[in-house]
Amino acid sequence: MEPLSPWARIETALALLAVDPAGVRGLWLRARAGPLRDRITAALPRGARKLHPGVEDAALFGGVDLVATLAQGRVVAAQGLLAVPGMLMLAMAERCPPGLAGRLAQVLDAPGFALVALDEGAEADEGLPPALADRLGLFLDPGDLAWAETAEIRLDGEEVAAARARLADLTVPREALARLARAAAAMGIPSLRAPLLAAAVARAHAAWRGAAAVAEPDLQVAAELVLAHRARILPEEAAPPDQPPPPAPEPGDPGAQTKADPAPPEDILLDAARAALPADLLARLATLRQVRAGSGSGGTGAARKGNHRGRPLSPQPGRPQSGRRIDLVATLRAAAPWQALRRPEGAQAGRLSLAIRAADIRLKRYEETSDRVLIFAVDASGSSALARLAEAKGAVELLLAQAYARRDHVALIAFRKQAAELVLPPTRSLVQTKRRLAGLAGGGGTPLAAGLRLALTVALQARARGMTPTVALLTDGRGNVGLDGSPGRAQAEEDAQRIARALRASTVPALVIDIANRPQPALGALAQMMAAPYLALPRADAQKLSAVLSQALGG
Amino acid sequence: MTQPFPFSAIVGQEAMKQAMVLTAIDPGIGGVLVFGDRGTGKSTAVRALAALLPPISVVEGCPVNAARIEDCPDWAPPPSGRIIARPTPVIDLPLGATEDRVVGALDIERALTRGEKAFEPGLLARANRGYLYIDEVNLLEDHIVDLLLDVAQSGENVVEREGLSIRHAARFVLVGSGNPEEGELRPQLLDRFGLSVEVRSPRDIETRVEVMRRRDAYEHANAAFMKRWRAQDARLRKAILAAREALPGLKTPGAVLHDCAALCIALGSDGLRGELTLLRAARAQAAFEGAASVTRAHLKAVAPSALSHRLRRDPLDEAGAGTRVARTLEEVLP
Repeated sequence: MEPLSPWARIETALALLAVDPAGVRGLWLRARAGPLRDRITAALPRGARKLHPGVEDAALFGGVDLVATLAQGRVVAAQGLLAVPGMLMLAMAERCPPGLAGRLAQVLDAPGFALVALDEGAEADEGLPPALADRLGLFLDPGDLAWAETAEIRLDGEEVAAARARLADLTVPREALARLARAAAAMGIPSLRAPLLAAAVARAHAAWRGAAAVAEPDLQVAAELVLAHRARILPEEAAPPDQPPPPAPEPGDPGAQTKADPAPPEDILLDAARAALPADLLARLATLRQVRAGSGSGGTGAARKGNHRGRPLSPQPGRPQSGRRIDLVATLRAAAPWQALRRPEGAQAGRLSLAIRAADIRLKRYEETSDRVLIFAVDASGSSALARLAEAKGAVELLLAQAYARRDHVALIAFRKQAAELVLPPTRSLVQTKRRLAGLAGGGGTPLAAGLRLALTVALQARARGMTPTVALLTDGRGNVGLDGSPGRAQAEEDAQRIARALRASTVPALVIDIANRPQPALGALAQMMAAPYLALPRADAQKLSAVLSQALGG
Repeated sequence: MTQPFPFSAIVGQEAMKQAMVLTAIDPGIGGVLVFGDRGTGKSTAVRALAALLPPISVVEGCPVNAARIEDCPDWAPPPSGRIIARPTPVIDLPLGATEDRVVGALDIERALTRGEKAFEPGLLARANRGYLYIDEVNLLEDHIVDLLLDVAQSGENVVEREGLSIRHAARFVLVGSGNPEEGELRPQLLDRFGLSVEVRSPRDIETRVEVMRRRDAYEHANAAFMKRWRAQDARLRKAILAAREALPGLKTPGAVLHDCAALCIALGSDGLRGELTLLRAARAQAAFEGAASVTRAHLKAVAPSALSHRLRRDPLDEAGAGTRVARTLEEVLP
C-alpha cells in the first residue's frame, strides 16, 4: 500500500479521532491559525470543551462559585470542565505551562478523555509539553500544504457511528502488537505508550474501513500517524543488526512464545512511517532537548508575577481562585466606605457585621525575578587573537550594554595557554566588565575543554543561587590543550567533547559562536553535542554578531 | 471506577516493584523516587500498589484519615464516630499546585458567608496514612519542595497564617517520579527519599510486546484479565502483611551493622541517613523473604536503591551512580 498523501493523512486522522476518541486519546495539531487549520478543525467532533493555557484549577476541577455563593449566602458549587469524560480542546498549546500539562496528563490517563492540542508554535523550539506529546495518539502537521490540495472534510455521522459499533468486536492480533512494538523500537521510541496508541489507532482504522480484523493497511496507517513523529533515530540508521539480540523470555512469562522472525515485516511499517517523517527531523532533535530543558515555561529569567513570594506589588481586585491569597486589609479597606449603605435597614446598631461583596475582594500579588547570567567563554588563544579577538570583544561589549539595560549579570571567562581563568565573576558592573575585557590579552594554545569546564562550573554555581545561566562560547574551535594542561590535539578534543556532554546533561542553555576565518565543522559537531545553536560568522562586524547573539538568547 | 492495573501484571521493572513493596512493608523507609523515561509504568505502579494494599480503617468524615476518634483534629467538624474501611489513599500532587492547596488554608467561603474561621485541609491532610504521589517531581517549584521536606521529616503539618494556628498529622510515603533529562532534583530533596530507582524502557522486543499485550488485555478484556491476576496480587498482599508482622521480631546481627557503615564510608555518602535507610530497607527485605535475621545478601539486594542517590555528584562522571554503588559493593562486601 502506498503511503497516504498529506491531505488524505489528515482526513484519515480526523475520521479515526471521531471513531474512537477514547482509544486514540487525542490529536496534536501543529498548525498556525488560518483557513487551512479552520478546515481541519471544522471536522473535529462537536462539543469539545475548550481550554486555554491560563485556565485555572477551579475552572478545570470545579470549586465554589464565589460570586453566586456571596449573593445567595449559601455555598454554590461550580462544575469543572473535567468533571465528565469527553473531548477537550487546548488552544495555543505551545504555551501550556508544565502545571497544566501535568493535570491534563493525569486526566488523559483516566478512561474516556481525549485532547486536541492546537499547537501554534512558530519556532522549532516551541512545542507541546512532553507529558502531553507522549499521551496524544495522533500527530498532524499540514506544513505548507497548498490550499488547492485540500478539500472540505465531510465525516458522515452514520458511518462514524457504524464504525464505532464495529469497534467493540475488533481485537488487535498479538502478532500485530509485536510488529508495532518492533517498529517503535527500531525508531528509537522509548515510551511504551507509543505502540499502544498505535494499536488503538490501527483498531480504529480497521473499524473505519469496515474490515473484520486488523490487518496490514491499518498497521501502516498507525505507523504513519502515531509513530513517525516520535522517531528519535531515523529508521535507516537502525538496521536490525544494531539491535541487541532479544534475551530469552522471562521464565513463567505466559504468551512469550513468539520468536523474532527471520525476515522482519517491520520494513513495511518503517517505510510507511518514513513517508510521514518530518523533513527536518534531525534538526528538530537538537532543539527538542532545549524544549525539554525549558520545560515549557517561556521567558527564561524573566520577571514572573507570582502570587506567592517575592517583592509585594499593590493588591489587585479579583476572585480568589486557584489558591491566590486574599489581602484582608486591602479587602476591608475597599469594603469600608460602603458599609453604611449596605447595612440592612433595621439592623441593630451595636452589632458589628461586615458586608463584603465580591467586588471588594483584593488579592495579594508579588513579583519575583530570577536574574539571568550571561557567561562569556572567550577564546583568547594565539590563533584566535590573530583572527577575530577584537571583533569578539566588540560583540561582547555590545551585548554588555544590552545586559546592563536588562539588569542581567555577566561573567567573563578567558581561556589561553594552559588553563582557563575566570576574569570576572558574575557581576552587574558594566564598567568593570569593559575594563577587564579591554585588558584581555591574546596568545598561546587553546585549552577549549578547560574553558568549557569553567563555564559549566560558573553556570552551576549561578543556578544554585537561583539565577538563570546562559553560556556563550566564542572560539575558533581548534582546541589543542587537554584538561590537564598538556598539549595534544586528540586528548584536547576528547576532553572538550566530554565536557560538552556534561554541559548538555546539566541543561544549561548554551550558544557557540565560531570566530574562525572559515567555519569549523568540528565546532559545529561540538555545538550539537552541547545541544547549542551554532553560529558561524566569518568576517561579521560586531554589530551583526551582537544582533544574532541577542536573538539566539531570546533577546 | 475501573480497577487499577494489577501490580503483579507489570512486566519487568523489578527494582521499582521491589522498592515499592519495601515501603509498603515499612513506610518508615521514607518514600521512593522513580526516575526514568516516559511511558515506563511509573504512575501505573503507584496506583497498582495502593490498590494492592489492604484497606485502612478510618473514622468516617475525618479529613486526615485518623484511625481513632481521639486522633481526629479539633478543627474539623465532629466525626460521626463510625469506623469505616477505605482504600489506602494515593493523593496526586500536581505541578503548579499552590501552597494553599498543599498545606491547607483558611476556608475563605465559610469565612465570608458565615463569618467562621475554619480551616480547609489541603493535600497533605488527605495523604495522611497513604501515599503522596508527585509526577515530575523535578519540575516542582522550590517553595513547595521546601514545604514537603519539612512535613515529610516531622510527620506533622503546621499552618500558621491568616490568623489560623492548625496542626495535624501528615505521615505519608512520598513517591516521586520524573525524567532527569528535564531537570535535576535538589540534593536536599533527593536525600529525603528513602529509595531511588531508575527505570528504563525495556530494551528487548519480547518484553515490550508483552507489556503491550497485557495492557491491551486490561483495556479490552478487563474481566478475564483481572481474574487472571487477582490471585497473584492476593499472594503478594499476603506476603506484605506477613512481612509487616515479622518485622519487629527480626534480628539484626552486629556484623550487618558493620557492613552498613563500611559500605557508606566507602561510598562517601552524605550524612547518616544512608546507613539508617539501608538498614531499614534490608530489614524489610529480610522480612519479605521470611528470613529470621538480616544477612549480607539482604543488604546487597537493597543497597543500590538505598544509596545511589546519596552520593556526591560528579558532573563529569558518566558512569552513573548505580554503577558506582555496584562497583563499591563488589569491593567492600565480597
